[in-house]
Amino acid sequence: MEIGLNHYLVLGAVLFGLGLFAMISRRNAILVLMGIELILNAANINLVAFSRYCGLGVNGQVVSIFVIILAVAEAAVALGIVLNLYNNFASVDIDEANTMKD
Amino acid sequence: MEFALQKLPVLVLLIPMLSFLVLAFFGKRLPRGGDWFGTSLLFINLAISGFILIAFGVAGRYELNLEWFNLGNNNVLGLTKFFAGFQIDELTAIMLVVVNAISAFVHLFSIKYMEGDTKYTRYYAFLGLFTFSMLGLVLTNNILLMYVFWELVGLSSYLLIGFWYEKKAPQEAAKKAFLVNRIGDVGFFLGISVLFLTIGSLTFTDIFAGVAAGKLAGGTLTAAGLLLFCGAVGKSAQFPLHVWLPDAMEGPTPVSALIHAATMVAAGVYLVARIFVILSADALTVVTFIGIITAFISATIALTQNDIKKVLAYSTISQLGYMIMAIGVGAYSFGFFHLVTHAFFKACLFLTAGSVIYGMHHIQDIREMGGLRKKMPITFYTFLMATLAISGVPLTSGFLSKDAILSATLAFAGVNGGVTYIVPILAFGVAGLTAFYMFRLLIITFLGEPKNQEKYDHCHESPWQMTIPLISLAVLSFFGFFSLNPLSADHGWFLSMVKMPESILAGTKGAFYHILPLEEFTEHLHHAHTTAMILSLLISGIGILTAFVFYYWKKVNVDKLTDSIKPLYNFSLNKWYFDELYDKTAVAFTMSLSRLSSWFDAKVVDGVVNGSASFTRVFSKYTGLFDNIFVDGLVNLMGGLVGAFGLLFRKFQTGKIQTYIAFLVFGIIILYFVFRAM
Repeated sequence: MEIGLNHYLVLGAVLFGLGLFAMISRRNAILVLMGIELILNAANINLVAFSRYCGLGVNGQVVSIFVIILAVAEAAVALGIVLNLYNNFASVDIDEANTMKD
Repeated sequence: MEFALQKLPVLVLLIPMLSFLVLAFFGKRLPRGGDWFGTSLLFINLAISGFILIAFGVAGRYELNLEWFNLGNNNVLGLTKFFAGFQIDELTAIMLVVVNAISAFVHLFSIKYMEGDTKYTRYYAFLGLFTFSMLGLVLTNNILLMYVFWELVGLSSYLLIGFWYEKKAPQEAAKKAFLVNRIGDVGFFLGISVLFLTIGSLTFTDIFAGVAAGKLAGGTLTAAGLLLFCGAVGKSAQFPLHVWLPDAMEGPTPVSALIHAATMVAAGVYLVARIFVILSADALTVVTFIGIITAFISATIALTQNDIKKVLAYSTISQLGYMIMAIGVGAYSFGFFHLVTHAFFKACLFLTAGSVIYGMHHIQDIREMGGLRKKMPITFYTFLMATLAISGVPLTSGFLSKDAILSATLAFAGVNGGVTYIVPILAFGVAGLTAFYMFRLLIITFLGEPKNQEKYDHCHESPWQMTIPLISLAVLSFFGFFSLNPLSADHGWFLSMVKMPESILAGTKGAFYHILPLEEFTEHLHHAHTTAMILSLLISGIGILTAFVFYYWKKVNVDKLTDSIKPLYNFSLNKWYFDELYDKTAVAFTMSLSRLSSWFDAKVVDGVVNGSASFTRVFSKYTGLFDNIFVDGLVNLMGGLVGAFGLLFRKFQTGKIQTYIAFLVFGIIILYFVFRAM
């Protein structure tokens, strides 16, 4: 069986779904971040797959590199926020961080 | 002298006004309520008016006519300017002295009479207002202004009759006087309107000139004259409007002397004298007959009255009737002469009555008096003097004027003949009755035995403030002040000053009446004079003698006599039932009319108002319900709906990003299916 575009897309969709699920269902801030990473990587797979199978040249790969860089920056900032969260609440449970609601 | 006629009349008019204003506003702060202020002003006024009379005698008639108001570009009957002013002629000059003299004496008299009254100051203020109005009435040369002052004297009369308004009777009397006078005044005003519409001016000079030029003639002239006479009928208490004057005696006695005997009631006579020259023959007939009927009716009523003031009141009405009749028969000067002499002796009679009432501690019923001569000698002799004058005894002023009037009635009947002989017959009859009832009053009050010993013992002569006016007025009732000849006033200063004017309508004839040219009439007067004098002496003598026989020597049992003519006696005692008649007719009619309008007002007008009110209430109740249920319901429904949506949507706003993302995802999935279905 030859590996085609559809396989990649399915893989991307499964990754996206898992990432989304992690993002929605986890209460731990770190895990939520990890979900986001999964979603970004699912997008990267799609970009690379489309650049490989649709004759777009390297454009898709370049964009995915940008996304990786962006993910790094985002992870740095987000972890900083999580660290602050922990400093303030002695926990990384995002349900605890609801003081602005009341 | 010119100065006296030009400037002093204004001063004379303003001084009583000053008295009124000062007393009305500052009287309470003046020592003794300011009585000395009003009284001394009035005596000054008397001196000034005396000076005016002398100036008039020297310089003659004076009239000042000023522009009253100017309508500019508008006009009434083509007139743009209206004139008013004052005039000094013989009537005015003499009236000024009479009014001021009596007013001054009454002011002086009231100091003691009204002493201790709670409204003492107000009383003097009202006297000032009255004097002002009365002087204005005689001074003005404009009939409309005269009407204004006419109403002002009516007002002050009303205020003074009702002076003791805490009591019921004075209130009622004041109201009655005011309303009855109103009836006459309506006629007066209509008369003025007729004159203004036809002649186009309101000053007497213009009116007389207009009538002479024939602008107003025939039936209209008669009507105008009679309408003006209506005013006189009301003010001078002539039949059928005489009913207010006896009731007006509820006022303080000095007021009765001033207003309801000497001056205000004479205003009607003054008015008739003023307009005498334009009264047509038919109008004069009415004037004559009203006068004599009044004189006769009230003389018969006076015979049986027991209240000292009531007797004097009816005698006043009777004498006023005499004056009116005298002018009616054409004896203008005699009527006016009688007005003046009557003013003095009637004021004297009323003031002596006041003195008696004061001495007897407010007893007015003559049946409780008697024998007062010994206790009150000054009052008695002044009363006697005035009684002699009113009875027409020689050597008094009353004899001169009454005798002249009687001769005029004889001359009148001699000219016109027939029915008109009633006039002298009744006139002589009234002279006899007057002598009788006045002496009856005198004998019962002052002579004989005291009837109420207790009151008699406490009775005393009045103080000098009261006796001085009495003596002065009694002295003024002597013939010498009016004529040096005690039997005829023809050549005295009075009748030389007040010349008979020739009527503008002289020579015209009415149904019963022929207005003679002046010269012819004077001729007739001369012929009648001696007859009249002898007859009047005889009749007065009989009257006086009868009074003495009845009440002093008691040769006739009066009670038996009255019993034998009971119906007649009661008829007189009850004043010919005039009050009852008016109560049954005019008053009852007015009352039922006002009850009807009151019913109409209460039921129909109020009904409409109340009906519309209750309709509005019911209507607003239903609009209220509609508003509460429907409109508010709609608004509340919207509110509730929005609230419910809010409740629903609040559930989504958890504040958790994860929830939002979950919704986002579901939303996208739903959108996917939606778009796919499209």
